[in-house]
Amino acid sequence: MNFGFSEDQQTIKATARELLADRSPMARVREAAESGAADDDLRRELCELGWPGIAVPEKHGGQGLGAVELAVLLEELGYAVAATPFLGSVLAAAAIAHAGDDGQRARWLPGLASGELAGAFGGPALAVGAPGADVLVLVEGGAARVLAAADADVEPLATVDPTRAYGRVAGEGEPLPGDVAGALDRGAAAIAAELVGVCQRALDMTVAYVSERRQFGIPVGAFQAVAHRCAQMLLQTEGARSATYFAAWAADAAPDRLAEAAGLARAAAGTAATEVTGSAIQAHGGIGFTWEADVHWLFKRAQLDAALLGGGSTARIALARLVAGRAAA
Amino acid sequence: MDLTFSERELAFRDELRAWLAANDPGPEPAEERAHYAWRRDFQRRLYEGGWAAVHWPPEHGGRGATLTESAIFFEELGRARAPLPANVLGILLGGPTLMVWGTDAQKDRFLGPILSGEEIWCQGFSEPDAGSDLAALKTRAVPDGDGWRVTGQKVWTSGAQYSKWCMLVARTDTEAAKHKGLTYFLMDMEQDAVQVRPLRQITGESEFNELFIEDAWIAGDCLVGGVGNGWKVALTTLMNERAGLAFFLQVRLRRMLDDLIDEAAARGLLEDDVVADRLGALHVKAEILRLTAYRGLTAIERYGQPGPEGSLTKWMWSDANQELAQVAADVLGPEALLQGTRWGYELMRARGNSIEGGTTEILKNIVAERVLGLPRAGRA
Repeated sequence: MNFGFSEDQQTIKATARELLADRSPMARVREAAESGAADDDLRRELCELGWPGIAVPEKHGGQGLGAVELAVLLEELGYAVAATPFLGSVLAAAAIAHAGDDGQRARWLPGLASGELAGAFGGPALAVGAPGADVLVLVEGGAARVLAAADADVEPLATVDPTRAYGRVAGEGEPLPGDVAGALDRGAAAIAAELVGVCQRALDMTVAYVSERRQFGIPVGAFQAVAHRCAQMLLQTEGARSATYFAAWAADAAPDRLAEAAGLARAAAGTAATEVTGSAIQAHGGIGFTWEADVHWLFKRAQLDAALLGGGSTARIALARLVAGRAAA
Repeated sequence: MDLTFSERELAFRDELRAWLAANDPGPEPAEERAHYAWRRDFQRRLYEGGWAAVHWPPEHGGRGATLTESAIFFEELGRARAPLPANVLGILLGGPTLMVWGTDAQKDRFLGPILSGEEIWCQGFSEPDAGSDLAALKTRAVPDGDGWRVTGQKVWTSGAQYSKWCMLVARTDTEAAKHKGLTYFLMDMEQDAVQVRPLRQITGESEFNELFIEDAWIAGDCLVGGVGNGWKVALTTLMNERAGLAFFLQVRLRRMLDDLIDEAAARGLLEDDVVADRLGALHVKAEILRLTAYRGLTAIERYGQPGPEGSLTKWMWSDANQELAQVAADVLGPEALLQGTRWGYELMRARGNSIEGGTTEILKNIVAERVLGLPRAGRA
């Protein structure tokens, strides 16, 4: 039993943290959000580094690493709230790689892996990366289909999260014939990983702020009401992280446990992130409610990612019935 | 990352499972004294089978188990519906503290009887005015000939009525700063100067006691870790308190939750989305607790010290266990509110979970100060 990252995974994590701190500081996120345009320089650089193809098989032009490596990258992108259409592309690639047929893989994966093509993923009412995507994976009623941009009717949505593009999607496309449930579970692990990064950033920013900000002559973080809120944020962040790492690991190493692991990640990560980022706003006080402070980007990203992940309640109900079924069997 | 057990760990688990299958502890008695006898008898069998303290080094009668093997031990114990050994405080706290701070003579004298359960240990730390603020304790020890005389009062002493030895922290220097004037002793409970009075809990039973100590005798060779070093020695004990138990409690929670889910399913209640949601939320908490406890072991094995996870699991467990008992009461209705039933008992007993072994409020302070590095909360 070992939850630790390998040396390579640690290197990926450290490199991503450093690169994003430099290329995608909050000022850049704000610039992109306020202008309504994604950070193109960042996207180009991530593509040059091969990040979009990290989990795509080598024979389709990717790096052939796994769901854990993808989760590591997404956690760091979430930590940075990077304004880049990365998530839609990797989710589309993961779905096509896992549930697509050979033709679909050959047609779409090399472009998604190199970053030449942009991908989108989601349901008809909300798909991340849909505006501007070359290829879209649309999930509806437990089935999934892949659409070329020309076959998709995309309506861009002005969501509360202006750091990234989302849209409504309609269109026929062709079904992904393989294991769609498994593909969706892999997607859930990836989205949850981004949420864990969002949580961690919200916690770090809050701890830094309440250690600095003084009232009544002492740092507000010395008040237990504030300190205990921060402790609660850590509890939820670490809980979501435990479930998410389990799901990412199961995606690669224990597919028979993936359904339950992904259920845990779905149930834990969305709720944790909306609560932790909401708590970050509260702990920042009046400043936290201003446009000028950056914590709101995290709260907004958390809301959209949680919506993509599906409601926590749905996941919890499914898990209770899954456990009961397992016991009866 | 590899969330499976190694071959060695699986072999350890299988050997233990086979032993537990052949040594079924039998049903858990409801009556308090019978319950204690059940735990004492089971410890005897663990001892004879070489399983009493798997984490102790072989030279002291253990198996030199790794942290993960020790976690497996407690998980399997819980899974087999076996009790914690009667001398759990001696095995988890007293023995390991002596291995760090004790003299060779103390190790020779005390470790064997801890393991066999011949001598039961209790923990005399808390006092009426020194609970969470342990260093405020007032029990006084003064030198007398080749030993010490102790006077004071202790409280929340689990198992004192069965104990031969008490891990006692007392003040030996009233002039020194709060944390510095303390010394760690082993006090013989079998003397008239030590009176044990049971405290009746909200469950009606008496797991805890008050100790009234009036000029009790402690021999000079029953002092551990040196005069004035009691705070440091006590911390060793407290550090050990939270490690192994988490896995036993986690499995106990899992087992009770599985029973509740089965019961709800049998009554068709899982078709109700509200009930399913609440049970699903408990399932998530139980699984996250287990995963986080194992992440904590990875942190210790890799970096030699506990990560943030270690501070979180006790808090997670007490929250989840209280919620479980409440959901059971809400879902099963009046029959879960009857005295002498498992859920009726658990509903009361679980309220202690967020107080015993460190209140949730203190755990949050610890997390805020030591894990997050927040400024220390204001203290008078």
